[in-house]
Amino acid sequence: MSAPPFALLVEEHWRDVARLARALAGPVDGDDVAQQAWAQALAAYPPAGPLRDPRAWLLVITSRCATDVHRARARRPTPVEEVPDVPAGGADPALGELAEADPVLWDAVRALPGRQRTALVLRYVADLDHAGVAVALGTTPGATRRLVSDALGALRRALAEEQDVDGRTTSRRSR
Amino acid sequence: MTTHETTGGPTEGPTEGPTEGPTRGQGPLPRTADVEARLRADRGAPLRRPRVPVTAEDGADVAFAVRETEIGRVLLAVGPAGALVASTFVADDVALERVLRRLADAVSPRVVEAPGRTSAVADQLAEYLAGERRGFDVVVDLALATPFQRGVLERLRGVGYGQRTTYGAIARDLGRPSASRAVGAALGANPVCVVVPCHRVVAGSGALTGYAGGLEAKRRLLGLERGPEAAPASPA
Repeated sequence: MSAPPFALLVEEHWRDVARLARALAGPVDGDDVAQQAWAQALAAYPPAGPLRDPRAWLLVITSRCATDVHRARARRPTPVEEVPDVPAGGADPALGELAEADPVLWDAVRALPGRQRTALVLRYVADLDHAGVAVALGTTPGATRRLVSDALGALRRALAEEQDVDGRTTSRRSR
Repeated sequence: MTTHETTGGPTEGPTEGPTEGPTRGQGPLPRTADVEARLRADRGAPLRRPRVPVTAEDGADVAFAVRETEIGRVLLAVGPAGALVASTFVADDVALERVLRRLADAVSPRVVEAPGRTSAVADQLAEYLAGERRGFDVVVDLALATPFQRGVLERLRGVGYGQRTTYGAIARDLGRPSASRAVGAALGANPVCVVVPCHRVVAGSGALTGYAGGLEAKRRLLGLERGPEAAPASPA
């Protein structure tokens, strides 16, 4: 069996890639991350060995692209604590379309340390099992479990704090 | 789908307390399960389909596009050197997937939807179907055809616009006068329809017999080539 046509990979998995990219990088950068992931996947396609799980292969590439975007952001000279999700000038209909359903949650997710964030999102958004997440992160399933459970703990605390500060669960910057 | 229920239970549950800032995390916390549910719930929001990555247009070995035409839904595919490798009827997505898999096996798995690279052929096809063009100025690559099919399809070079030949005549041409059925099958498998004009081959009786795009498409093509004044042949 030779590798399937790349176009079928796109057809089958573009939603998962887009979802993962958005979860890791936010609604605005997520779009770029997904594009980059597809370009990198095509450049590497077909991989040398047999491609047993194309979906996992694509999601790993996507999570690496998201990490690169994070690093690039971190290297930027302007010290911005949090990258604003709403660009100046505002109402781009495409961005509206990309808005998240639960911005408080995803802000908290993106505030997590990098590996926790990636592990958590691969686990719950990409639906990879611990073994799959471990492959993506280059670690063991045991370490993955710890990362995921630490991330869940941190997320719980962050969301509880948010609630305390606001006195409500809705977003400060609900649009 | 996957097994998140079995793995999501005890190990990720409330077994582990906060690992930093031990004084935080007290008070009325939402249960972890709620967070897990919220993480999974974001799925419904609309997503954006990727554009073909810009580099893909250069890096892909096979570029294809699907066009709705007067004679049906047609897939056009161009190979690494820019030669036309497929011009074939894809009535539905199952047929489309079958062709894409054949392209992956015979040419390269780097098959990408890139209408820009097929637009020259697509324009010529549109002109031809509008009666404004009689021949195609494209390089054809019969990579999807077997050697026998290639031999048969190459016999069509001499059959010009508006002309017809028969399965038997091609079989005789190949030195295998009894092989007209095999010739018919080879023409039916033509990967480059219209451009390699298998529609110009009919039965010895003059009946249209078969066509990958359906008899109606064949009738239209032959009628188009005969000119506007001629009525379409309709066997009683």
